[in-house]
Amino acid sequence: MSAEVPLWEVFIRPRNGLAHKHVGSLHAADEVMALNAARDVYTRRGEGNSIWVVPSASISASDPDQAGENFEPGDKIYRHPTFYEIPDEVGHM
Amino acid sequence: MYSQGLIGADGRSEETQAFLDAFQKRIDAEEKIEPNDPMPEGYRRTLVRQIGQHAHSEIVGMLPEGNWITRAPSLRRKAALLAKVQDEGGHGLYLYSAAETLGVSRKQMTEELLDGRAKYSSIFNYPTLSWADIGTIGWLVDGAAIMNQIPLCRCSYGPYARAMIRVCKEESFHQRQGYEIVMTLAQGTTDQKAMAQDSLNRWWWPSIMMFGPHDADSQHSDQSMAWKIKRFTNDELRQKFIDATVPQAEYLGLTIPDPDLKWNEEKNGYDHGPIDWDEFWRVVKGHGPMAKDRVKARKKAWDDGAWVRDAALAHAEKRRARKMAAE
Repeated sequence: MSAEVPLWEVFIRPRNGLAHKHVGSLHAADEVMALNAARDVYTRRGEGNSIWVVPSASISASDPDQAGENFEPGDKIYRHPTFYEIPDEVGHM
Repeated sequence: MYSQGLIGADGRSEETQAFLDAFQKRIDAEEKIEPNDPMPEGYRRTLVRQIGQHAHSEIVGMLPEGNWITRAPSLRRKAALLAKVQDEGGHGLYLYSAAETLGVSRKQMTEELLDGRAKYSSIFNYPTLSWADIGTIGWLVDGAAIMNQIPLCRCSYGPYARAMIRVCKEESFHQRQGYEIVMTLAQGTTDQKAMAQDSLNRWWWPSIMMFGPHDADSQHSDQSMAWKIKRFTNDELRQKFIDATVPQAEYLGLTIPDPDLKWNEEKNGYDHGPIDWDEFWRVVKGHGPMAKDRVKARKKAWDDGAWVRDAALAHAEKRRARKMAAE
């Protein structure tokens, strides 16, 4: 059996004005074939107008074990607007 | 899109009770599990096996239908069938990708299918003998698969659930085009109606077997339910399918080949006759009428495509080397 064909992550922009969003992955030998395959597999029903393909090996991800330390802003409530007392008479701010 | 009750998974886990309890707490809180999250080995193994079987079913499922593309009776039917078979290939890809997030490689899964170790839905080991079978497959086989797959959209494993949402969106056209084919035949000449009835006679029992063994005999069901990989039992899903399908057959004037089938007012559903589980296990274990042909066809496609894969990789390597040299 031949060598493993590289894995790519596929991102689609549904329409201009929106961000590209991850939709899935596929195997392809290079970026040209990855784009062709992504069009065939992920845009059969008008899902978008732009495709990005990224080699999966190029993605660096955060460690889920450190999600607590990284993403828990519980002790920094002063970052939220509701932390501050503004009198009603001042109106909407 | 085709799935069936999980066959032969090993859901045992050997982690500490504290770890397993913490995991179960996340599941009970309806938290989704994502690829890099800690998970019990049994959970991972069960998913790899189930998603793999599901992906193989999509890929093998292209064969009985692909068999009729060149013989479709009109351009309209041919275009629809081509699109459906292309969808099944895509569904296989979404599922293989979901399985790959659990650390199994595509190559490994392909090898297991080709050397006969991996299972796929037993339904594809039956032959498609007439054009009516293409209609019946869409109506019953895709219909049964949809019953299975809609709850899988809420599966606890994020990548599997996301793949299933995409699949379900694409799936309802499959069942509708199938029902339309059967309806056209059922409303046609006497011969055409007979063809539709013959097809229903052959596919009914294999279709209701797709939900897998009865709950009492389904050894892996409890753990899969606790982990919220499954949301309904095999028998619950089978009942839903029968209740939905009987009126559809009545509308067509076709008879479901089960003399014991009758409405049960008390349970507000149909009772059905005994299922031939010996046949089910024979077919699952690869003794179905088409089992050898299916794997042979996959193997031939894989072997015949080897030079294309090699050439594509060689071309990519050549372009990469040229680009490096130019920089």
